[in-house]
Amino acid sequence: MSKPDGSVLLRTIGLSKAFGSVTVLENADVELRAGEIHAFLGENGAGKSTLAKLIGGIHRPTAGRIERDGRPVTIRNPREAASLGIGLIPQEPRTFPDLSAAENIFVGRLPMRGGRVDWKTLYGRAEELLRTLGVEIDPRRPARGLSVADRQMLELAGALSLDARILLLDETTASLTPGEVGRLGEILRRLRSEGKALVFIGHRMEEIFDLCDRATVLRDGRIVGERRVRETTPDELLRLMVGRAMGEAVTRKKVADGPPILEVVGWSQPPRFRDISFSIRKGEIVGLAGLVGAGRTEIACALFGLSRPTSGEVRIDGRPVEIRSPEDAMRHGMALVPEDRQRQGAFLPLSLRENVTLSSLPRLSGRGWLREDDARSRTTEWVRRLGVRCREIEQPLRQLSGGNQQKIVLAKWLETGPRILLLDEPTRGIDVNAKTEVHRWIAELADQGVATLLISSDLPEVLALSDRVLVLRAGRLVREFAAGEATPEAVIAAAGVTTEATVR
Amino acid sequence: MNGFRWRRETPLAGILLLLVVAVSIAQPRFLSPENLRSILLWLPLLVIVALGEMTVILTRGIDVSVGSMLGLSGMMTAMLLRDHPEIPVPVAALFAMAAGGGLGAINGGLVAGVGIPPIVATLATLGIYRGATFLVSGGKQVDDYQLPRALAGWSSDGPFGADIVPYVVWIALLAAVAMQRFLTDSRTGRDWYAIGGDPDGAADRGVAVRPRVFLAYVFSGVGSGLAGLLYASRFGTVNPASIGNGFELLVISATVIGGVSIFGGSGTVAGVLLGSLLLGTISVALAVLNIAETWQSAVYGAVLLAALLADDAMRRRLEREERG
Repeated sequence: MSKPDGSVLLRTIGLSKAFGSVTVLENADVELRAGEIHAFLGENGAGKSTLAKLIGGIHRPTAGRIERDGRPVTIRNPREAASLGIGLIPQEPRTFPDLSAAENIFVGRLPMRGGRVDWKTLYGRAEELLRTLGVEIDPRRPARGLSVADRQMLELAGALSLDARILLLDETTASLTPGEVGRLGEILRRLRSEGKALVFIGHRMEEIFDLCDRATVLRDGRIVGERRVRETTPDELLRLMVGRAMGEAVTRKKVADGPPILEVVGWSQPPRFRDISFSIRKGEIVGLAGLVGAGRTEIACALFGLSRPTSGEVRIDGRPVEIRSPEDAMRHGMALVPEDRQRQGAFLPLSLRENVTLSSLPRLSGRGWLREDDARSRTTEWVRRLGVRCREIEQPLRQLSGGNQQKIVLAKWLETGPRILLLDEPTRGIDVNAKTEVHRWIAELADQGVATLLISSDLPEVLALSDRVLVLRAGRLVREFAAGEATPEAVIAAAGVTTEATVR
Repeated sequence: MNGFRWRRETPLAGILLLLVVAVSIAQPRFLSPENLRSILLWLPLLVIVALGEMTVILTRGIDVSVGSMLGLSGMMTAMLLRDHPEIPVPVAALFAMAAGGGLGAINGGLVAGVGIPPIVATLATLGIYRGATFLVSGGKQVDDYQLPRALAGWSSDGPFGADIVPYVVWIALLAAVAMQRFLTDSRTGRDWYAIGGDPDGAADRGVAVRPRVFLAYVFSGVGSGLAGLLYASRFGTVNPASIGNGFELLVISATVIGGVSIFGGSGTVAGVLLGSLLLGTISVALAVLNIAETWQSAVYGAVLLAALLADDAMRRRLEREERG
């Protein structure tokens, strides 16, 4: 067993990653040392998971290099990472439900004897590994039905069985209960004392200060600072995380007093969210802040009819309505710009015209046939108004940059003439200029009377655009701020980053 | 592990029992030795092909060419025995399995090597192998008087002198036991379950996904090839148009009814045996109850649909349980 001597086990130099036209990590230099727990910190989309996935072999870098024990290495896939002693524990563990817990640990390298699986050795080794981790899982039981925490332990045991010296835990605590987090903390401390280099990705400050020795803060795909945890404060790390001020102030009309367009009363969908009540008036932008997993996206999805709450009521123009499907939601004048553009909002192989007109086909058709001229002129109009940079409206959406794709997704919904706009991370992964343009559009739409629910992990964005900010924490609304009184620190504190009692 | 197996296969045994009771009340003749024997004779073909099909479905694939593979290798084996009656039947069986294995390897190459989706790849070879059956036979059938007596003996004689349980049934049982061992105790067998559970995850953990998937199609071919010989043994006459024609519907039904999940990664040999037994019982029941043969495929289709719906319901329930 190696000594926890602080020697550098792995180093990245100028590591960068782009998906198509979107750069998600740029020029990252980081050092992982033996006997240290190293936190990667940042808001959603800051690039911390990407950095871990490059080291773990899930993604391949577009530029830069990785050195293991001082020697340059290429990591093409998780298997090569494993052979270099690197193990990545993903947030959602990969499990083979019909195999036993022991087989899940050793899948791909089951111990054999005379051409048959050596069950005795397999169960024995699994039992031993699970015991060193201090978890009680019967190695013979099938993995189906194990909790997320237990399945993470199987992944961790798998990495340890490969003699991993570097362990990366990607948001491992996000879906754990406080008790499970405490148990994981003990395991990580023990692994540290054995000289492993650990990477802990998360954003709960109390976990960082409880557990970690060093913190690297990322923002917008760049490393903005590295601190020894002993020598810093939560406030300093938060300032580094949030950092940037808004590029350009957005001017807003004053919202007229009046009855709300959209009211949500006593909405619950355990365990995702509970007892949610809020309202949005005509022309108002209401920001919804909170950590990942706090239930923000789930509320937007439920409003749009993608899931059903178990209790509570939605009113539109004061009348209770039933929203059972996206069709219902659209009939009531709603539009949802979803969080994951690549997978949900945009149809990348289809043309700009097909994307823009997709949700408005009934209006643009007569007797079952699309009026192509109308469709083309509507698309041309949106391309001009939103300043979409493209060659022509018949080119596939795939060929556009992230920001321009997002404008097309926005155009698709604006073409439906919504009165209520649900925006989930509308500017994630798009460049600063495009961001400013999208912000101007959100503000302009509100000025024209659209009621907007803005979900964003980009705090300056929420604060700059919103008339009111609601803070969601573990599925409950915990604070409401008027535009003037919301500061990044106050919102983050309310979201539960610093104030939660130390987990034990 | 046992809890899960219990849930998937126990209802099936119950349904089988209900069916037997109901049909015997409607037509007591159903339980006569001749009928029981015809159920028994019905089984080996189906079980052996279904065991191969099962390995493919475990890997999230499907093989719709099994009927055509059975046809082509059965036809080639029948012609071999017609032209060389001196060849012992066990050697002919090896030839049939090799022929089927070769055809399965082509499927496996298309799916695991080239990357063509299984349903399309095996649909193409379904047509090609059927056409090849006509080509090699010149469109002419092999008649029973042209085949050695020993071949038919496999379906009429048994190892214990008595002819209650003929050799073909023992062969199917042996295949089932061997497959059970292979699935639970070999690395390839365990890898098939892993691949079906999460193909990308399995690849990340170092499972050789493509060779394993390839091998599953070879298994399916070997089973179909052996069944081709058993077909010739059972029916005596091998006609290029009818041998194995449409058999894939029965095979896939038996497999899925037996609880092998069409979504991959889940299923047992015991389930496949029960599923085959259920279909065999239905087939004989239809005859006993004087229901026209033209209705048979409709009934099989309906049973398959019911099994798919049950599989889907089971999957949803398990997913809900997993989410907690």
